Amino acid sequence: MTQPAANCPNCGAKIVFRWSSSVQIVCEYCKSILVRTDVDLKKVGQVADLPPDSSPIQINTDGKYGNKAFVVVGRILYEYDQGSWNEWHVMLNDGTSAWLSDAQSEYAVSFSSKAPNLPSAAQVHLGQQFTWNSQPYTVSAITPAHYRGVEGELPFQYWDKTNVTFVDLRTESAKFATLDYSDPEAALYLGEFVEFDGLKLKNLRSFEGW
Amino acid sequence: MSAGAPPLSGPPRPQAKGLNCPKCGAAIVLRSFGQAQTVVCASCRCILDAKDPNLAILQQFEAITRDVKPLIPLGTRGKLRGTDYEVVGFQRRSTKVDGITYYWHEYVLFNPYKGIRYLSEYNGHWNDISICKQLPMSEGTSANYLGEIYKHFQTCDASTDFVLGEFPWQVRVGEHAAVTDFVHPPRVLSSEKLDKEVSWSIGEYMYGREICDAFKLPGDPPEAMGVYENQPSPITINVAGIWVTFAAFAVFLLALMAAFDMRAKKEPVLQQTYQFNRADAKSETSFVSDEFVLGGGTSTVEVKTSAPVDNHWIYLNYALINQDTGQAWDFGREVSYYHGYDNDGSWSEGKRTDSVVIPSVPAGHYYLRIEPEADPSLPRIAYTVDVIRDVPVFGIYGIAFVALLLPALVISWRAYTFERSRWSESDHPPMQLSSMSSSSEDDE
Repeated sequence: MTQPAANCPNCGAKIVFRWSSSVQIVCEYCKSILVRTDVDLKKVGQVADLPPDSSPIQINTDGKYGNKAFVVVGRILYEYDQGSWNEWHVMLNDGTSAWLSDAQSEYAVSFSSKAPNLPSAAQVHLGQQFTWNSQPYTVSAITPAHYRGVEGELPFQYWDKTNVTFVDLRTESAKFATLDYSDPEAALYLGEFVEFDGLKLKNLRSFEGW
Repeated sequence: MSAGAPPLSGPPRPQAKGLNCPKCGAAIVLRSFGQAQTVVCASCRCILDAKDPNLAILQQFEAITRDVKPLIPLGTRGKLRGTDYEVVGFQRRSTKVDGITYYWHEYVLFNPYKGIRYLSEYNGHWNDISICKQLPMSEGTSANYLGEIYKHFQTCDASTDFVLGEFPWQVRVGEHAAVTDFVHPPRVLSSEKLDKEVSWSIGEYMYGREICDAFKLPGDPPEAMGVYENQPSPITINVAGIWVTFAAFAVFLLALMAAFDMRAKKEPVLQQTYQFNRADAKSETSFVSDEFVLGGGTSTVEVKTSAPVDNHWIYLNYALINQDTGQAWDFGREVSYYHGYDNDGSWSEGKRTDSVVIPSVPAGHYYLRIEPEADPSLPRIAYTVDVIRDVPVFGIYGIAFVALLLPALVISWRAYTFERSRWSESDHPPMQLSSMSSSSEDDE
């Protein structure tokens, strides 16, 4: 689908959406955070320069998840006391949106999921078990993090966050879950850990000397 | 309006960063791009915050010895399981058991695409270690990881006492962690408990030679001492499998024996009883039996001798002679039976019957020439000679049985002694050793 082009209300640069459902986009030129309205784009903020990081992934990196091709269209960078990690917003070739997370080169793919009666951040404790889609998940880490920056297209507005709690849940298989408390209402993501080689990533960053 | 081309290639290519130690000014290279949390100044032993542009000093430590030297120098690249890795960090850790301090070394390996991996080395034994992606289930003395059962080997308090280079975590000298190892050779599953955080890693045994080859290190690797917890046994074949194979062969041998026994005709061709009389023996030392016919084809011939000897012996020189061709088979047989009592109770030796099998005797007319001798104290005795044609021979099966049993025993023994040395170093030493260690605990 060819996406209608718009112009950055701040600098006038052309803005092209790669994903029809994108709600937010960051202008590549002036780093303005733009939110789609019914008629045009509205500038809601400005991204500070992202700190240099070591992820080999970048916007436009493409790869495969199972038999579906995907392309990286956006990113949220989080920081916590032990470092940082990226949630890359990817668009699958069937139009669904997913997240490819890269935490110290540990890669995982997850999808936004719905489940009733999600606990509040205060109710969760380590070792607690939850069952979603008849799969038991165990809480393995509760990480306070803060939003550090965004890039590209996102399926929701995400730009003025401060401290966020993330609850990681693991299973005996490669499956995992994340409870995201960016908003008062918990958001559930279900996914699995993946091997770097299995993603068949192309258009990666290059590293000096490697 | 032309918006122009988008920026060419996004952010600049990350490169190894050259910095200076804020304390002593020595050059510091950050090799793992953004992944390092802490970096150690090699010249003044400062642990620096790699995330801080000013490299804030987090800790300064005194190296107790100056000769803690990584076997693989920092910055060395090597190919491990098909991926290039660079050694970026090194730490020595130790644990104290019964007053003895044991040291081992850990290397941090980095690849910008594949991330971090670790190598550990203890007394020449190496492990290739990565962080578990799946959550192992530990159940007391065992742990289940990816459907495999790992047996608890030991739990120890590991402290970090020397660091060099970069670490993807906040490393500190003097930090303690409870390390628990579960083994399933050649793999080891380890949990490391630090405060309230538990991390799991999975390691696979590697030989020093493989490490030297991977990192192109000159010279020979340090010799591996003793048996390491997850060192693969030199007995690569499954011992239980050997015994299953052995049992199958034994059954096969038994079936063969049964089949040959059933097929054998066991045809009696002669039975005669003779009198040995010492008075007559002088005149007539040898005599011949009645003639008998061996029918069918070439076959085995059994000659059985029985005599009611009682603390005596008789000895018979036999010749089986083919009447048609004159071919003869000479053999001597003894029948003796002794018994009595001594300090250990009753004893006996020998038997009142003797049997010998002559292989491959052609068909034809035969007779036996017999020349008896007897114990000088024996005046006379009756003895019976039986000749049976086509009897099964089982000696070869006995040899085959032993030939199969021997390697199975040797392999089982070697596997057993290897496992015994492995577990003698664990928290669960084999019986004998555990009683020894419990007595040493009493000394405390």
